[in-house]
Amino acid sequence: MSAETHKKTRPFKVDRDATTWHGRYEKYDLAKEFLISFVVVCILVAGLAVIFGSPDDKPVTVKSWSNADAVDFAQTALTELDNSSPTAVYGPPYNLNGTAQSIGPLSPAKWLGVHHPIDTANDYVLGPLSTLPNAPQVQAAIAEYKSASTSQQGTWTTAYGKAVANATYTDGKLVVPPGDYGPVTTLIAAETAMARSGALDGALLSSRQFYGTDYTKPLLFIANGAYLANLANKQNLAGTQWGMMNETGQYPGQAWLWLYTLWYQVPPMKTSSNADLQVFSLMIVLTALLALVPFIPGLRSIPRWTRLYRLIWREHYKEVEPTDRA
Amino acid sequence: MTIVDPKTERPDQADLDKAAGRPEDADQWTAKIRNSAVEALPPQKLLPDRQPAYVASWIYVFGVTTIAALIVVIGTGLVLAIFGPNWWHVSSTGLFVNSLHMWSVEIFMFAMVIHLWGKFFMAAWRGKRKATWITGVVSFLVSVGAAFTGYLSQQNFDSQWISSQAKDGINSTGAGAIFNVTNFGQMIMWHIVLLPLCIVAIVGLHVLMVRLRGVVTPFPAKGEAPGSESPTVATGEAEVQA
Repeated sequence: MSAETHKKTRPFKVDRDATTWHGRYEKYDLAKEFLISFVVVCILVAGLAVIFGSPDDKPVTVKSWSNADAVDFAQTALTELDNSSPTAVYGPPYNLNGTAQSIGPLSPAKWLGVHHPIDTANDYVLGPLSTLPNAPQVQAAIAEYKSASTSQQGTWTTAYGKAVANATYTDGKLVVPPGDYGPVTTLIAAETAMARSGALDGALLSSRQFYGTDYTKPLLFIANGAYLANLANKQNLAGTQWGMMNETGQYPGQAWLWLYTLWYQVPPMKTSSNADLQVFSLMIVLTALLALVPFIPGLRSIPRWTRLYRLIWREHYKEVEPTDRA
Repeated sequence: MTIVDPKTERPDQADLDKAAGRPEDADQWTAKIRNSAVEALPPQKLLPDRQPAYVASWIYVFGVTTIAALIVVIGTGLVLAIFGPNWWHVSSTGLFVNSLHMWSVEIFMFAMVIHLWGKFFMAAWRGKRKATWITGVVSFLVSVGAAFTGYLSQQNFDSQWISSQAKDGINSTGAGAIFNVTNFGQMIMWHIVLLPLCIVAIVGLHVLMVRLRGVVTPFPAKGEAPGSESPTVATGEAEVQA
């Protein structure tokens, strides 16, 4: 029996198969093409770098934030102390105080649990304040706050929260309308002073080790305030402004993220509390479709239907197809 | 045969050349790997000096432009790596190198996207080129990740804002447990070590597959019945590219 009889055959599928080229071959200098491309890219890159440069807006620090907007800082610090800030109620991977995003029964963040634990009251307020030297009033306030019942703490922080909205920062002090706030007044005033001096930046970073590179704690703290978001809004970087793909200034940013960013602008993701998981899931599906397009009937026919290939190979078709006059 | 030249006490290259590829060595793993590699990609196929006549469009330039831009990205990134992450914030030369790095990334991604869509509309996966297409798409995805971690490693306002926004997306998938976008140390390692290694490996594989399978042939022309050159496709047959 010859080998021919063992060969499996199937009809030629135009979207899966390619004919073997029996036409002519022409000189094509790949090395020359590469070198020219490289030189052109270098010239383009150098030209763009000289003309436009690159953005490098200074980062926001706890110090710069609290000096620029002490009241916003104090309000945020209070939400960290009473465990009501976005980080405090985030859920995994920071804590178990919030509900992880889900689609139906699927909640992958919940499955993986807490990996970067943050207890906002202790990590952002009570812990750093306890490191202040020569501050017996602050240490006493910490002790009083910690020994109070949860409901008493809540009474103090709720009252302070209403008052701090009308606070001012004058003569180097946070001035809050008078009221019964227990030790909270001392705690937030000391926290604000510590932040304005720059000591809180160091305290948040050095809580683990000398050579720290993990900015999770200070960054989440800063992001919980309104100051960072206000700066971003001015630069058109908010989520509703296609922020993920933009960067400061008039630079192209990550334009290739346009599809990912698009989904946040359209319902139901625009208003969904599970928008992030929905958008990510959608993008995973779309990406899989793109990668697997050669296997998907219909999708793999799009190039043939759109006929853009005739533009790409127009010289070839001009040569092999008979003209109407012929 | 004298493998070692007694005068120079070094291997004689002519003798080594004669010894290479001897039939009695054919069962060696090394010989098998070499023979398979040379058989699959002989030099004239690896670096051809001729292409089919239909390879005549500007769209073909974007593949090689992507690689040229990648080399500039890596080169400028190496300079930034030599001086460390703080350098470009305090030095005008450093800022210029950072600008070169940023714009080379923009051109790299632009060329890659044009290349990708060009190949899509050519249905370049046809004829045993599915793996070539998939490695191309994966190259794009890894490049998006590499650029993203670059933005997170800038240590400026952009890094802060992008990471504070992106964390919610990453965390929602559970990946935030392992991949912490607010951890500068982790992001810069991904940006300058892990993802560049992945990109170079996958782009290298992609280029080898392009050379292995060649450039896809055009769809059949008008009046030419689909598959008229090969009405049936024989699986595994050299002539046919299913």
